[in-house]
Amino acid sequence: MSKIRMILNWGASCGGCDVSILDVGRPVLDLPNDAEILYWPVALDFKRRDLETLADGSVDIGIINGAVRTSEQEEEAKIFRAKCKSVVAYGSCACFGGIPGLANQFVREDVMARAYREAPSNVNEEGAVPLTESKMKGYSLLLPEFSEEVRPLEDIIKVDRFVPGCPPSTETIIEFIGSLGPIARGEAGKRIFASDRSLCYDCPREKNKAAKRVEKLYRPHEIIAGSDRCLLDQGIVCLGFATRGGCGARCIGVNMPCRGCYGRLPSMVDPGAEAISALASIAGDWEDNMPPAKIFDVLDAVKDAVGTFYSFSLPSAIINRKRG
Amino acid sequence: MTRKISILPNTRLEGHGKVEIILDDDGNVIDGFFQVIEFRGFEKFCEGRHVEELPRITPKICGVCPGAHHTASAKACDAVFNADPPDTAKKLREMYYNAHMAHSHILHFFALGAPDFVLLKEDAAKRNIFGLVAAVGRDIGTAVVDNRGHAQRIQEIIGGHPIYPVSSLPGGLSKPLGEAEREEIEKNAVSLIVFSRQSLEIFENLVLKNRELVELIASDLYRHETNYAGMIDGEGKVNFYDGRIRVVGPDGGEVCSFEGADYLEHIAEHVEPWSYLKVPYLKNVGWKGYIDGPESGVYRVNSLARLNVADGMATPLAQKAYEEIFKFFGGKPVHNTLAYHWARLVELMYASERILELARDPRITDADVRNIPSGKPSEGVGVVEAPRGTLYHHYVTDRKGIVQKANLIVATVQNNAAINMSVKKAAKGLIRNGMVDDKLLNMVEMAVRAYDPCLACASHTLPGGASFEINIYRSGKLYKRLP
Ligand code: SF4
Ligand code: SF4
Ligand code: SF4
Repeated sequence: MSKIRMILNWGASCGGCDVSILDVGRPVLDLPNDAEILYWPVALDFKRRDLETLADGSVDIGIINGAVRTSEQEEEAKIFRAKCKSVVAYGSCACFGGIPGLANQFVREDVMARAYREAPSNVNEEGAVPLTESKMKGYSLLLPEFSEEVRPLEDIIKVDRFVPGCPPSTETIIEFIGSLGPIARGEAGKRIFASDRSLCYDCPREKNKAAKRVEKLYRPHEIIAGSDRCLLDQGIVCLGFATRGGCGARCIGVNMPCRGCYGRLPSMVDPGAEAISALASIAGDWEDNMPPAKIFDVLDAVKDAVGTFYSFSLPSAIINRKRG
Repeated sequence: MTRKISILPNTRLEGHGKVEIILDDDGNVIDGFFQVIEFRGFEKFCEGRHVEELPRITPKICGVCPGAHHTASAKACDAVFNADPPDTAKKLREMYYNAHMAHSHILHFFALGAPDFVLLKEDAAKRNIFGLVAAVGRDIGTAVVDNRGHAQRIQEIIGGHPIYPVSSLPGGLSKPLGEAEREEIEKNAVSLIVFSRQSLEIFENLVLKNRELVELIASDLYRHETNYAGMIDGEGKVNFYDGRIRVVGPDGGEVCSFEGADYLEHIAEHVEPWSYLKVPYLKNVGWKGYIDGPESGVYRVNSLARLNVADGMATPLAQKAYEEIFKFFGGKPVHNTLAYHWARLVELMYASERILELARDPRITDADVRNIPSGKPSEGVGVVEAPRGTLYHHYVTDRKGIVQKANLIVATVQNNAAINMSVKKAAKGLIRNGMVDDKLLNMVEMAVRAYDPCLACASHTLPGGASFEINIYRSGKLYKRLP
């Protein structure tokens, strides 16, 4: 059987996604037996022009991690689309915008100003900021453009498969690698490499969360969580109920609540909005008519709704969409 | 008329850094720049966040040193709430942190650094970890993979995740260590010590016994007399997790020493329009430009800097290795940039020994690992030695613990000035009369690589070697493309 033709790339990425592939160990070392990797900037010595000269549609699978923040990354995503039969968004940044997507709360200029003009350690009287072109004597130095916002891959090109996680868990990656053959052959299969059910189904904690009322919510540092009971049940905001399973309940294993890196459930349009309304409905000691002021008391533990409910997904959330 | 050689990491397309070398008409180097071409703006979007979430958010700055950000952030959170973690929590964090250091150093040395030495003469296609394994034997390759895995596993046990830790909170840790977990860590640490010794032997046999390589390391091409900064414990020994920052001058004499919380009195940053990376320097000296020597405010961080500022290592085998490095160079401080690689292996030994010490500490499995903060949150600084140098996290919050301002000075930034100087010096020494090829440019890149800069993040963890496209421009037009 002929080898799978593959290319890999990264966008606005921290590198953790590539490290996660390394963490799988042997299966990755064996990858070259099954796959012909024609481009993988972090690992192999192929250059941009090697990528450009590949015939359109001649590559079976293209894998991209990281979100899109610069025009250069946008251009590369489009090249990948043209070359590949199937494009995979790998990791939460590529799938939903990821943590760096929290920057979308602010306009570009303010993000730059904070780092280069306002930081207390700066001595920058002339107010210099990085420029796309700096003219020197007889030559210039160029920088790529820092664009208006962070976008998930799907905003730029059509994406065929999603591997969520920040970064994806080893189990998720092994499952994905096992599916490369079927994907290359164009056989239908998983589109999203995560469970269709919520993380709560995989969570090993005592399952008494349904229809429970939470009297008071705590921020994680305000309480020592018990290790057997559902965290939400203990008053700690855990997004497990609004998040796809598949990570192995990693954070919950060390008594920390889920922040949703595996993304929203298929039935949900906007996980943050739904999580907020779900929380509002269980919070409080639930006398029949809880006064609104008391609901706010209970929700006092959530001062930062964006950071709590959209830490990994702001660029793909409805509240981030440009209107019109 | 000038020519510009762009060392573009074209094989790392999104490429976080690039080198520009400017030649005059005769093809000799006028200038050289190391540009960072990426920016994500974490300082800004930390604003408005619950401060206790930052130990989970800031590790996403870098997938290779997430543990450093997690720990610095947790320490900053402790300070924000004025909460002192229980002793066992501090020890567990330190154990976690040394595992983090070990895993990062193993990756950098074997996947990135060593191929430059061991495969110096090889083509770019072979100058990578696979080529290295082919040259030194599969057993060593397996040991590298296994021991990197051991260090990751220790991080996973304590941090909750092999890559992205989540377990540190203001006032301590979210989970104590179980006895079975402790035993596993102890076993892993024993293996890491054996591996550290093996790594030092490999360095000795393959590098120090090779005259040509020794000359290269000692050569003026890769040498700068700068200041150095790093963290030391109460005895003046290297410490990654906690201590004071000591700065020594080019002559090795102490310039100053300070608590991390006072960093603004000692460090300032300068902005260049041609790079997304700022340029820190010693505030008392001032910014004097890209120069070394006693007048300069440029300081260096990372492994060699730490050894240069410290009086020694706190564990026996590491101390022995520390003494050897200075004996070899004939005293302190060592200014040879390529010695950073060797210093990394000395630190790998220390990290491994320290993990074992802590794993055998009778209190390490105590259940009490968190003090719930009672103070009102306000402002705090957290500092650790990241694998690549001192890392500062500084947060200001309102009374509810919502972040108002954040300032981060990451390790690699502090080497920015030095990397620029090193690139220019290596290029000047290597490129003469327009004669340039892939191997020479790789030697320019070696000056960058010694600092293990954290800009291309994961590209440091994977093989690839020097895979540059070289564009030579004449009058702004592409003149020649190599190779
Ligand atoms: S998904 Fe997470 S690990 Fe992957 S690039 Fe984004 S921040 Fe890094
Ligand atoms: S809400 Fe969180 S802790 Fe509770 S069952 Fe779901 S995943 Fe587990
Ligand atoms: S528990 Fe939630 S945040 Fe943690 S790894 Fe799993 S999906 Fe991601």
